Amino acid sequence: MEGFMYPNEVELQWSVLIVLYPFLTGLVAGAFILASLERIFRVEALKPTYRLALLTALAFLVVAPMPLQLHLGHPERSLEMYLTPHRSSAMAMFGFVYLWYLMAVLLMEIWLDYRKDIVILSRTATGLKRLFYKALALGSTNTSPTSLYVDDRVGWVITLIGIPSAFMLHGYVGFIFGSVKANPWWSTPLMPVVFLFSAMVSGIALVMLMYQLTSGLRERAVDMQCLDTIAKYLFYTFIIDFTLEMLDLIHRIYEADESFRSLDFMVHTKLFLSQIVLQIFLGTVAPLALLAVTQLVHLSINTRKRIYIVAGVCTLIGIFAMRWNVVIGGQLFSKSFLGYTTYKMGFVTREGLGPAIGLMILPFVILYVLIKLLPPWYKKLPAPDSAAD
Amino acid sequence: MNLSRRQLLYLLPAAAAAWEFVLAGTPEAAPTYHSAEHWWGMLLDVTKCIGCGGCVRACALENDVPDGYFRTWVERYHVDDFHIESPVVDSPGGAKEGFPQSTLTGGKNFFVPKFCNHCVDSPCTQVCPVGATFHTADGVVLVDQNYCVGCRYCIQACPYGCRYFHPTKNVADKCTLCYHRIVKGLTTACCESCPTGARQLADLKDPKDPIHTFLKTHSVQVLKPHLATGAKNFYNGLDGSVR
Repeated sequence: MEGFMYPNEVELQWSVLIVLYPFLTGLVAGAFILASLERIFRVEALKPTYRLALLTALAFLVVAPMPLQLHLGHPERSLEMYLTPHRSSAMAMFGFVYLWYLMAVLLMEIWLDYRKDIVILSRTATGLKRLFYKALALGSTNTSPTSLYVDDRVGWVITLIGIPSAFMLHGYVGFIFGSVKANPWWSTPLMPVVFLFSAMVSGIALVMLMYQLTSGLRERAVDMQCLDTIAKYLFYTFIIDFTLEMLDLIHRIYEADESFRSLDFMVHTKLFLSQIVLQIFLGTVAPLALLAVTQLVHLSINTRKRIYIVAGVCTLIGIFAMRWNVVIGGQLFSKSFLGYTTYKMGFVTREGLGPAIGLMILPFVILYVLIKLLPPWYKKLPAPDSAAD
Repeated sequence: MNLSRRQLLYLLPAAAAAWEFVLAGTPEAAPTYHSAEHWWGMLLDVTKCIGCGGCVRACALENDVPDGYFRTWVERYHVDDFHIESPVVDSPGGAKEGFPQSTLTGGKNFFVPKFCNHCVDSPCTQVCPVGATFHTADGVVLVDQNYCVGCRYCIQACPYGCRYFHPTKNVADKCTLCYHRIVKGLTTACCESCPTGARQLADLKDPKDPIHTFLKTHSVQVLKPHLATGAKNFYNGLDGSVR
């Protein structure tokens, strides 16, 4: 501890698990929005990743509330948020926003998209798998063109509802922080917007990486038109995200209110590595520059692929660092603006690094199972490397 | 009212669930206390506080406050003429054992007792996802520890650093304004133990309370007024450097 902190402030209240929460929900929202580009805006080039993006969103959405549950002092009382929600609380709405997104949007959209496959699998599979698909078909047996047309139209409407829902899911997460007037590091109306765009950036980067990874594991050629299109959207979204974050930063520096000196000191000391190095340079400037090169210079397929991998990984590191800087950074300084504390992260403690790593791996395990049960690959994939130079 | 056996069986589980709330809502016996007739706040006279820490000790004893956590504490400010906006502040151990001799020279020194402001528009009650922290009819902010989920959002939302996470109960905890005492006509433990009268419990709804005369004749201030929390801790002689 340096300087003066109110005596109860020395201990940080929100740990690395609360860093994970906006990171995971951001990946969900971003992956879903990428999927909806294909569905609603008819960006046909993204077709190969449509289902993969949906399954990725589902895998991460299932895990998203787990860090919160693990963080609660009384997890056994968490259902009270549904039963007796406090209407003035931003956090009380979490359960409803989450359930709406999970049940009304994501599950329904995935089910409708897969219904034909599920019905066919419930007929062709054997043993336990057959029972599983039969249950998953929910009694549906019709695979006529008319029924598939209905699936498509209903799915389209759900995606249409899903876009504002995805915006709401992550904008709301930003609002949880942005509405805390006691904390000048958090309190800005830009917070939900910044969270939203950074969510889109992280989700798109994740799907871009997952697509390359799964193609590599399956020993299938990557559809370069698809990959280039994802990279293009990542680049554009990233520019908006970076602009918003810089706007926030410049506004803070120029306005220089009573908290500025304290926050400025923090950024130059305790948050230097995570904010300046990881978030801004490695996680934002570097991937933006790499993506800009792919947009401006004619490069070979292999070079582009490698650049996309590096840019994607850097982006994810940068967005995680951004969540870290918001959540942890917002607790490192005193609300008296006269002192600073330090975050000591345990490893095998309930809220330590161990559980955080576990919770970060879990969505990939779930995604693996989902891919095995509901293969997202289309039988007639577009010609490999169709956008070859 | 005629109830069939079947209807009675339907009603029993609901009645059992309701009974739990009836029991939970039963107030501590204070037959002469009517909450609607009171509106509690506190007067803190910075010019009288000597930083002895008696209030911190009394509070900890009365309310079983765990070591290292504080429902109330005292801060010592040192402000020199050239750094009015950058005071040197300390509060070793919340001033539970008072303060060591200051080594700083020049400028001015003073003590500021702090605790929950029992704000009218309290950010902590606003953010509680289950309503476990709430306002009583007489203007006190309390936490229902049997209901708190332990999310700690309220601790983040309090601009004054008055809340902490109870290390063994795993719920948010804070000053209750010694609610168990004031409903019986007693004052708070901190007020009772203050040797100089720097802390005075005030009932703003009581026309005979000396607070009314005091507020009319003195320049008083609340902490962080720009945050508009409706704080009810009124400070006399509060320096502009106090955060």
